[in-house]
Amino acid sequence: MLEVVVLGVLAVAAASLDAVLAGGPGPFREAARLLVLERRTTPQADRLLARIGAIALPLAAALAALVVPFGGHAALDTRVGVVWFNAMEVVGWAAVWLVGWGANSAFALVGGYRFIAQGLAYELPHMFALITAALAAHSLDLRAIGAAQGGLWFGVWMPVAFAVYLVSALAMAFWGPFGAPLGADIAGGAALELPGPDRLVFLAGRYGLLAVASAVAVPLFLGGGGGPVLPAWLWSLVKTCAVLALLVWARRRLPVLRMDRFVQAAWVVLIPAVLLQMLVVAVVVVD
Amino acid sequence: MTVLFWVLAVAAVASGAAVFAVGSMARATFALLASFLCVGGELLLAGQHYLGVLVVLMMIMEMLVMAVFMVMYMMDPAGLMPMSMVHNRRGALIVSGAVFAALAAGVFAVPWPARRGGPPRDPAAALGQAIMGPKMLVMMVIGIAILATMIATVVLATRTGRYGEDGAR
Repeated sequence: MLEVVVLGVLAVAAASLDAVLAGGPGPFREAARLLVLERRTTPQADRLLARIGAIALPLAAALAALVVPFGGHAALDTRVGVVWFNAMEVVGWAAVWLVGWGANSAFALVGGYRFIAQGLAYELPHMFALITAALAAHSLDLRAIGAAQGGLWFGVWMPVAFAVYLVSALAMAFWGPFGAPLGADIAGGAALELPGPDRLVFLAGRYGLLAVASAVAVPLFLGGGGGPVLPAWLWSLVKTCAVLALLVWARRRLPVLRMDRFVQAAWVVLIPAVLLQMLVVAVVVVD
Repeated sequence: MTVLFWVLAVAAVASGAAVFAVGSMARATFALLASFLCVGGELLLAGQHYLGVLVVLMMIMEMLVMAVFMVMYMMDPAGLMPMSMVHNRRGALIVSGAVFAALAAGVFAVPWPARRGGPPRDPAAALGQAIMGPKMLVMMVIGIAILATMIATVVLATRTGRYGEDGAR
């Protein structure tokens, strides 16, 4: 269970780093502000669905964290960690859509639908990137995949899959260039009408998802706990922090993508590129 | 284990029934999703970890896509006005009652064979061997056909259609 707690701390650290980069209030002040914010309601809102959506996001991040290995140990002993991570990350689709739908507000609904479009664009390249790493390691177990990269990191000899994974990590947390579902052009999108505490839970889940996606990149593409001198769990932690910092930093460095453009780029460029990458890896591995 | 099985089983049936009792398409969709998630939980309980997680993964994506389409085709697109999820009540009751009776009769009437062999060490690998080994050609053809269908559907559904941004109209 320690791994899940560590990822929770990393999520708070990500929020702090983002606050420093943006020059805004830190996560704890922001949390306190959200908690005392006056509750606002919309007429005929589907409160049950909106609340399920807000809670589902941090819950999914925590459940996904169960299979994330630090060093060679994960909280949950399962051989299908890659599929489990994938399934929990898809819960984000439901969460954002429910939150957007439940408010009975046009802009929130637009934000919810934007995330479905984004999901349909990033999910297939994301799955192919996951499968590519699993294929090279002959395993769906994140620990086994991390341990299979003794000589050369998967991120080095399958750079396309790694790049696609990083893009999809940003997209699944609707972060930075993929922040259109919560875009300023639709007044805050899916989260527009969320009351303070619900918004706190929802945004915490988003940081959690970002932390988990960063941590999973380590066993998939960055050699897991491999490295000189330091113990394996510390190497995992250091690499996770590096990926997480990169993702947080990217938020304000890249423009927000228009959804139709991203869908087109995903289907026309990313899917063929990652399929070719998988072909290359399959030929190398079988040989 | 047995307790968990029954909890999930009752929850699956109850949320399946809720699909027809709730008043909005969004709630109906997510009640159905809850039912499928319980079924995925049952598979996990049965030791089929890969299949169970796969059911969870695919059903969430499917239900979200279904929600988009169902809401799109509704006479009340916002879906916030309560509407009945039940149509042709008497016919549906007769059909579903007959199907249930036939299936339940089958459960008791069929002489079940005794169990042979044990579960494999790695069920996911055994499943992969079973469908990708002797049936490899079929799986490859189906896989390519599904991908081609998806891409063709997306291309045809876009505003510009198959002619591209500035194509012939």
